[in-house]
Amino acid sequence: MLDYVIPVCLVFMGMALSLTVARLIKGPDMPDRILALDTLYINAIALLVLFGIWLSSDLYFEAALLIAVMGFIGTVAVTKYLLRGDIIE
Amino acid sequence: MNIWIEGLVSFFLLAGSLFAFVGALGLYRLPDFFMRLHGPTKSTTLGVGGMVIASLIYFGARGEGISFHELLITLFLFITAPVSAHMLAKAAMQQKLRINENTSGKPWDQ
Amino acid sequence: MKPRHFLPHPLLSLCLMVVWVLLANDMSLGNWVMGAILGWLIPLLTQVFWITPPRIYKPFKLCWFFLRIIGDIILANLEVAKLILGPQSKLRPAFVEIPMLLEDDLALTMLASIISLTPGTVSADLSDDRKMLLVHTLDVKDEAHLITEIKTRYEAPLLEVFTCSTT
Repeated sequence: MLDYVIPVCLVFMGMALSLTVARLIKGPDMPDRILALDTLYINAIALLVLFGIWLSSDLYFEAALLIAVMGFIGTVAVTKYLLRGDIIE
Repeated sequence: MNIWIEGLVSFFLLAGSLFAFVGALGLYRLPDFFMRLHGPTKSTTLGVGGMVIASLIYFGARGEGISFHELLITLFLFITAPVSAHMLAKAAMQQKLRINENTSGKPWDQ
Repeated sequence: MKPRHFLPHPLLSLCLMVVWVLLANDMSLGNWVMGAILGWLIPLLTQVFWITPPRIYKPFKLCWFFLRIIGDIILANLEVAKLILGPQSKLRPAFVEIPMLLEDDLALTMLASIISLTPGTVSADLSDDRKMLLVHTLDVKDEAHLITEIKTRYEAPLLEVFTCSTT
């Protein structure tokens, strides 16, 4: 059953990622683009976990965890820059 | 693998990817920034949560011992998603972004 | 500056130890000891940066509250999914101001996060005197109803758990 379900999920995730990229390109303002990047990294985590199940490999979790930590720091840094014009005050 | 476990894993995978897709659709479709903020903060986080639960069950059922390792990702996302949403909302209010005309109430001045 | 304690935040130390063991993905004794050492050292070295944690008066109530929040998050997601897929012109977004009774930093952070994760609301800003929370909602029919729901469903249990206000 999983052989059929995982490609379907991959298609959904692919569509989600392309919609996010479309917003990233289109997004009229700066916060829209940051939000799109934020969503992009969260979707990338979901995609990595899915890929790990597909290949039955445990290795992808470290990557997913690292993306989770770094993505959050990136979002906060860019937002802070937008808010104050400086990251470390 | 047991058919029931496989069904359970499939269910969580489908639910997770559907939530992630709906979140992204919200990000694409909704008319103004503050409304777009709702999609990613809720749906996408739960999407990752569904995926992680599926992988928890999958790797647990393969008999290599249950590892709760993956739960850290979900825990971390559930802590950080509201924080980044809050900061983005503040940034958007400071930039005085265009607001949908149906909106009642006003954002505060920063 | 506060006087230095030997074990400044016991709860934080416990959390760090558990996180370390989960991260290593290995339940051997060595990892528990390493986690204990890290859980002791990190709060000790960074204690100047931490806010003083509030006292938790009813820990079991807090656990029960968290379980209910998880259920609410799933329901809220279904609701938001319905709103996103539905027609757009019918949505009535609103900025709503909610007066706050909570005073403690940690409790306020928790409440703001919970509001962001549950029904169609994102907490946008907290006023400087910490009395008002600005919340953006995706679709609202009755603002007064929303305010009372947030206050009874989420703020009242938190107030009960951290009864740190002057009563």
